[in-house]
Amino acid sequence: METVMAFLVGGLFAVGVYLLLRRSIVRILIGIAILSNATNLLVFTAAGLVRGGGPLVPEGATTVPPPYADPLPQALILTAIVIGFGVLAFAVVLAYRVYQTLGTDNLDDLRSTEE
Amino acid sequence: MSVLPALPLLLPLASAALSFVLWRRWLQRALAVLAMATLLAVSSLLLVRVWQEGVQVYRLGDWPAPFGIVLAVDTFSAVMLVVAAIIGLAVAVYSLGSMDDRREAFGYYPFLHLLLMGVCGAFLTGDVFNLFVWFEVMLMASFVLMALGGERAQMEGAIKYFVLNLLSSLLLLAAIGILYGLAGTLNMADLALKLQEARRPGLVTTVAMLFLVALGIKAALFPLFFWLPASYHTPPPAVSAVFAGLLTKVGVYALVRVFTLLFVQDVAFTHNLILALSGATMVVGVLGAVAQEEFRRILSFQVVAQIGYVGMGLGIFTPLSLAGAVFYALHDMVDNAGLFMVSGIAQRLLGSHGPTAGGGLYRSRPGLGLLFLLPALSLAGLPPLSGFFGKLALVRGGLEAEQYAMAGLALAVSLLGLLSLMKVWLRAFWQEDGERGVTEHRLDTPGPAMVLPAAALAALTLAMGLGAGPLFALATRAAEQLMDPSQYIEAVLGR
Repeated sequence: METVMAFLVGGLFAVGVYLLLRRSIVRILIGIAILSNATNLLVFTAAGLVRGGGPLVPEGATTVPPPYADPLPQALILTAIVIGFGVLAFAVVLAYRVYQTLGTDNLDDLRSTEE
Repeated sequence: MSVLPALPLLLPLASAALSFVLWRRWLQRALAVLAMATLLAVSSLLLVRVWQEGVQVYRLGDWPAPFGIVLAVDTFSAVMLVVAAIIGLAVAVYSLGSMDDRREAFGYYPFLHLLLMGVCGAFLTGDVFNLFVWFEVMLMASFVLMALGGERAQMEGAIKYFVLNLLSSLLLLAAIGILYGLAGTLNMADLALKLQEARRPGLVTTVAMLFLVALGIKAALFPLFFWLPASYHTPPPAVSAVFAGLLTKVGVYALVRVFTLLFVQDVAFTHNLILALSGATMVVGVLGAVAQEEFRRILSFQVVAQIGYVGMGLGIFTPLSLAGAVFYALHDMVDNAGLFMVSGIAQRLLGSHGPTAGGGLYRSRPGLGLLFLLPALSLAGLPPLSGFFGKLALVRGGLEAEQYAMAGLALAVSLLGLLSLMKVWLRAFWQEDGERGVTEHRLDTPGPAMVLPAAALAALTLAMGLGAGPLFALATRAAEQLMDPSQYIEAVLGR
């Protein structure tokens, strides 16, 4: 399962980076969205995939019997998803404002601040 | 367990919330100054406490150490906090005089509080994932401040700033995820212990490189700094000042923290790489500054060049060089913020984003000339200003560690830095243009709210130079704690 996930994460990263390298701001935003999901999956996979077994301590015991799924990376991902959602919402508005103000969504036209 | 280490987070949070609720302008303005002053008082108290009693730890929710999130304050964090609060206060006062009505009406002050909260959080936290979260808080606030107002140049700067900083956050998150998979913990003190006995040292170094790239983008290290000079000169001067004073320094702080506490297994590789990157950062930054013509663009490249010095101290990795890096970081925050403030005043007086020739401000405003010269010469490293002592320690650290090339480079870059700043001096202050004459009062005169904070920061750089002895003792203590993390680990884990 880890191998499949590794390829999936790698593929998503490749797609995300490809989109980031495009000139259109909208594509860049889609690239960022894909990259952030790829990162979340990476965190999920890197911490180890365990099937079944919630991290619940049975009655009378003091530790969780293995194998159990580590809840911490899931909590991290949940946090990252929330942050990613906020950032993406801001990004969409920013891109719209950029388009409104500058009348273009081509990054090659945005050169005036770094001559 | 004292609640003091959590206060620098709670204060800006409370003032941001209050500021959002009390949408009255004068209330927001009063609250901004009041809250920043309180923040300064609290962080100073924290610094005193850390100096007297050692590393301060606050366990959130009172969860035991490796499981819950901890706030851990050592000397380095505390002293960075104090300087951040000073800059926060200076910028809040400066904003009273310089921020336009529209931006104030659209919630400039609440986001300033949130920015400070993110910065303080990054300085305080003892948990790597929490560090990521504070970076995000800081970035979100900075995105808003960068774009607020919606001018053409701002939008262009904002989109570049946004995309590259977001990319760095994603890389940081990926690095943290792999680190967790590797060590099974997120607490920095616990990680420091676990990584010492990691079974796959190659993988640790790989993660270290991911951290270097992610934090390198935030700190604006070569070759990852291009977002900075493309964006820092676009927002209003008050925002530029707080960005130049705080944001990249948070990246540098995180680099220093991570590469002294966590990734010290393969110093010959990682720290030499940091050293090489820092050298390149200095050279490219200062060459960029020399090539620029406009006031704030020159300063933006100067921000990049200064980061190289702090990185150099980290790369050499001896107690003396680290003390130099700490001292230099503090000095750099004060100076950069001060210079950006002066650029805002000059812009008010001359009516453009920066004079390319014939400002002639020296004749009409000799005092303003002094406010520019003090931080500028300090940045270039002239005694008795603060930059001199920072560079002295860094160069001495370099010579003692037999990094002669790096020490020489640091000196050469100072000279070029002086050249770029003197270009500003000549054009904006010294040279007078016959035809344009002294073009003052084109917009309006800067009020005392703009001049006072710039003067305070200029005085502070002088004071940091004159009082370099005690301050350097503080930096040395910070460096000792960084070089020997056992105190930090003991305080956090209680063993």
